[in-house]
Amino acid sequence: MIALETSQLKLAYGERVIIDGLDVEIPKGKITVLIGCNGCGKSTLLRSMARLLKPKTGTILLEGQMISKMSTKEIAKQLAILPQGPVAPEGLTVLQLVKQGRFPYQSMLRQWSTEDEELVNKALEATGLDELRDQDVDSLSGGQRQRAWIAMTLAQNPDILLLDEPTTYLDLTHQVDILDLLFTLNRQENRTILMVLHDLNLACRYADHLIAVKSGEIYAQGSPEDIMKPSLVQDVFQMDCEIISDPIFGTPLLIPHGKGRNIVRKEG
Amino acid sequence: MKTKRWLIIRRGKAERVSLLFEKRSFWMITIFSVLLMVTFLLTAGAGEVYVNPIEVGKVIFGLDANAFSKLVVESFRLPRMIVAVLVGMLLAISGSILQGIVRNPLASPDLLGITGGASVAVVMFLGMFSDPKTNALIVSIHWLPLIAICGALIAALILYSLAWKNGLSPVRLVLMGIGVWALTKALTTLFMVKSVIYRASQANVWITGSVYGANWDHVSILVPIALLLILCTFFSVRQLNVQAFGEEIAVGLGGQVSKQRLWLLTLSTLTAGVAVAYGGGISFVGLMAPHIARRLVGSNYGALLPISALIGGFLVLLADTIGRTLFLPLEVPAGVFISILGAPYFIYLLIRERG
Repeated sequence: MIALETSQLKLAYGERVIIDGLDVEIPKGKITVLIGCNGCGKSTLLRSMARLLKPKTGTILLEGQMISKMSTKEIAKQLAILPQGPVAPEGLTVLQLVKQGRFPYQSMLRQWSTEDEELVNKALEATGLDELRDQDVDSLSGGQRQRAWIAMTLAQNPDILLLDEPTTYLDLTHQVDILDLLFTLNRQENRTILMVLHDLNLACRYADHLIAVKSGEIYAQGSPEDIMKPSLVQDVFQMDCEIISDPIFGTPLLIPHGKGRNIVRKEG
Repeated sequence: MKTKRWLIIRRGKAERVSLLFEKRSFWMITIFSVLLMVTFLLTAGAGEVYVNPIEVGKVIFGLDANAFSKLVVESFRLPRMIVAVLVGMLLAISGSILQGIVRNPLASPDLLGITGGASVAVVMFLGMFSDPKTNALIVSIHWLPLIAICGALIAALILYSLAWKNGLSPVRLVLMGIGVWALTKALTTLFMVKSVIYRASQANVWITGSVYGANWDHVSILVPIALLLILCTFFSVRQLNVQAFGEEIAVGLGGQVSKQRLWLLTLSTLTAGVAVAYGGGISFVGLMAPHIARRLVGSNYGALLPISALIGGFLVLLADTIGRTLFLPLEVPAGVFISILGAPYFIYLLIRERG
């Protein structure tokens, strides 16, 4: 089953072509992670799938329907996007933020149906923000704030969630916290998740499907166990590394070469 | 949901109508409306001839009042005060809309050159259509509002076409706005220098912003236009709330960003244009009122718009009252007092932004 699919996709910022002729499929009900070095086009690809960037040529299919033929509200009911580093208007409360997720379902006179209320409450509970609903978004910690934004996308009740580097600027505890939340949403509610991550070890741990992007093309894709090899890291990130099995999860774990203290070999 | 904080309305089959209100906002709106009304009653009595509030009330509600106070209040003060309140409200609404789209509390119709466009048009008009020998206007002064609105629209059009690049980008809008503002400033000065001294001083009063000389004719035109614009804005609250999140989130939520921005900017330009037409180039109201309102009720436009409109109306009414009473028998334009308050406020905002 395919949630999102592109064919012969060409993406450019002005004259600068980022991706040319890309075909890719995002499996339904799975967690897919895009990896690649800065500027390789992974965020651009994500943005185009969320209709934030219009393709020059080619098509994007959402559950088999061309997104260019769908109304933006229809798309918003099926697919939610959390861009990188979103900023809420000053003085907005958590509830007011999460409530906005209901926008595609509302109209002038229909602004707070029982369904709206239920889904907003559910989103607040799922993200553990129920107690903080009346607090200002500005007053939250980085991790809580990111949860609030995820809650907003959940209130949209989408089948597919796209996230652009959702763990950036968070400390390790909150990175794991956010990824655990997304993992739960995927496993319990069967929502398709597609995100860009920088930390390869976390990517290997949470992704069912990994897509390595290099210079606007797909270098490799598949399960992390299958594709995460030193040669891939060398080619995509120009970095030497060893790959071992994570002692707890058994997923691939990268150990970069390079410099640093070494206490295995006796120094001197 | 805790119903202590919220008022939920659900009516009709399958909840065709469902609305949510924050009770606190309700109270704030009530308090500010009462405050504005009380100020209105009190200031109507102030001036060269003092009329006590009870007498003012009698005049307003058409009760049996002293003939002289009726004349003073009804013919001279009321129309002017109504115009002042509406002008303030429109400026505040215009600023609220702009700040939402641009996502910057420093945006306002005067700082983006929209008000400036109106000023240029008015100065040009006064210069071109007055007789150099007699200093009298050769066409009716009633054209002035229309001229001002056209000026505002032209400035806005120039601004938006310069800032347009695959859609309207807020950053470009602000940068180009500053450019347009500088340009209108230069043009205004140029036309002032070229025009007759008497006309120039008249233009100067107008540019500073004054509701001097407003009469019931003005009120009868301004009231329906203002009501229509205010109504349009309140129907756009949902769009404004979504736009305030910035382009990416707004698109993600299913908003039609370019279309909505264009509509909201048109609305903002028209409100500013109409306000300038009747109140002249009163600065800083469009900046201050929404900002104070944001502090009081947060960023939700459902509450932000009415509160900021009420504050805007209050500010201009107060400034005009001070202007016409403090230095009697001299009249000082309302815009002067707003600027005395507004300029430091703007600097405070700038410092806070940097911090």
